[in-house]
Amino acid sequence: MIRRMTPSPFPRRLAARVVGQAIVLFARAITAAQADWRGVGPSARQRVYFANHVSNADMPMIWSVLPHHLRLRTRPVAAADYWLSNGLRAFAGRDVFQAVLIDRRPDARTDDPMAAIVEALEAGASLIIFPEGLRNQGPEPLKPFRSGLFNIATARPEVELVPTWIANLNSVMPKGEVIPLPLMVRVIFGEPVTLGDGEGRQDFLKRAAAALLALKPEDRT
Amino acid sequence: MSPMLRDIGLLALGVTLLLLALTVFGERLRKRRDQPDPSVEMFMTRVDSWWAMVVLFTLAMLIGPFAVVLLFAIASFAALREFYTYSARSRADHLSLALAFYLILPAQFLFILFGATQLFVVFIPVYVFLLLPFVSVLRGSTNRFLSRVAEMQWGLMIGVFCLSHLPALMWLELPGETGRGMLLIAFLVLVVQAGDLVDFYMGRRVGRTRIVAGLSSKTWEGAAWGVAAAAVLGLILGWITPFGPPAAAGMAAMASVCGQAGNLILRAIKHDRGLRDWSNLIPGQGGFLDQLDSVIFAAPAFYYLTRLWWLA
Repeated sequence: MIRRMTPSPFPRRLAARVVGQAIVLFARAITAAQADWRGVGPSARQRVYFANHVSNADMPMIWSVLPHHLRLRTRPVAAADYWLSNGLRAFAGRDVFQAVLIDRRPDARTDDPMAAIVEALEAGASLIIFPEGLRNQGPEPLKPFRSGLFNIATARPEVELVPTWIANLNSVMPKGEVIPLPLMVRVIFGEPVTLGDGEGRQDFLKRAAAALLALKPEDRT
Repeated sequence: MSPMLRDIGLLALGVTLLLLALTVFGERLRKRRDQPDPSVEMFMTRVDSWWAMVVLFTLAMLIGPFAVVLLFAIASFAALREFYTYSARSRADHLSLALAFYLILPAQFLFILFGATQLFVVFIPVYVFLLLPFVSVLRGSTNRFLSRVAEMQWGLMIGVFCLSHLPALMWLELPGETGRGMLLIAFLVLVVQAGDLVDFYMGRRVGRTRIVAGLSSKTWEGAAWGVAAAAVLGLILGWITPFGPPAAAGMAAMASVCGQAGNLILRAIKHDRGLRDWSNLIPGQGGFLDQLDSVIFAAPAFYYLTRLWWLA
């Protein structure tokens, strides 16, 4: 597990800021990425944005549409085995996105991933998570959720769980294509989901998934 | 000071005064209402985005042809993106659409920048029309093939080909009168937009007969007022054109008719796709296609009529 205990040196932080701004600019120039605050406004309340996951660009896209002051305190939860696989990714993951890196392989990991997530929440950060786990490349719009979201709702009930639907990103860069198409992408934020009294794990996860799926715009074409 | 610079300056001054008058007028309407009136607010956001457009366009004219072409190329990119976001397409069209954005669009505007008239008028309607579907067909998917390639071509015609006739106007000039063509762009945009604005305002006051009920609140009465206003403005601005005042009024009226028809055509597409606006990239205004719809339809008619009749 990676903890951000020691602040990184100044040149590295500066580079991270520049790269971060470049990513935001690029996302806006290509996809005109825009936030649709349908169920909640952009507020400074501590939140967990849980989103559908179709492409590796999902996380940077949500990150880009957040207002700057919220972006600074919002950390994506991401896979350590992906983001630490080379130096460039490690720089992006740790310094630019300040990701909470967790190990997806239960047999290889030494730390509890929930502990890392709870620790980040305790430090006051908002999070971006993808409860489907791996990228969804099947025909169904949403895969069954993993338990992480339920665990967060139990551990930190005061944190708002905001369903976040990323629309159209799959057409921008379908699997197997190399050139991104400049089509408009919308990130839709829905009404927060709260854990009911005595609500079971499966019921809650199903309800959260339904709340997320309800944000999906109709297919017109 | 060259006559060209003087005319740009005079025009910018006139437009600034006009926008100032509109801003003051809107603010007074605002004051008279107890609570915010949506139509007044819409009017004001339109005026605000015009301020931005006038400043950008005046700067581009002063910098020169390169800046003018670049400005319209960016607008074209945004318009094409809005169109293709909602058009029929499949995974098999990925490469064709990428070519449209990254190759065909820049090529069209480069042809215009270098004044390659013979090339830019046939490139998209002929060569791209014939060859681009081939890129899609290579991927093997025939599902809704005709709809897909038809909408692809339509997007290029509207968002790139027609729109590119606006910067192309700058090459329509008499020998020895360099730079005056750019004023034609200003002329066209001004008369068409003035027609739209008067149509919007008068349609609300005196409009009775809807042109297409159920699609748009546009009325025949409002449209007639719009065309008349465009003609009057054309008469006033006749001095920046090579047409002479009466012909300038006629050209302006013709452009306004084309523009208002185009507005209804694009509205039909939006209606079919369940859209109110193409996007909300221009604050309070909608998207680039919403803002430019009438100018896009007026530009080719204006361009070819000018070339046929006055440069012949």
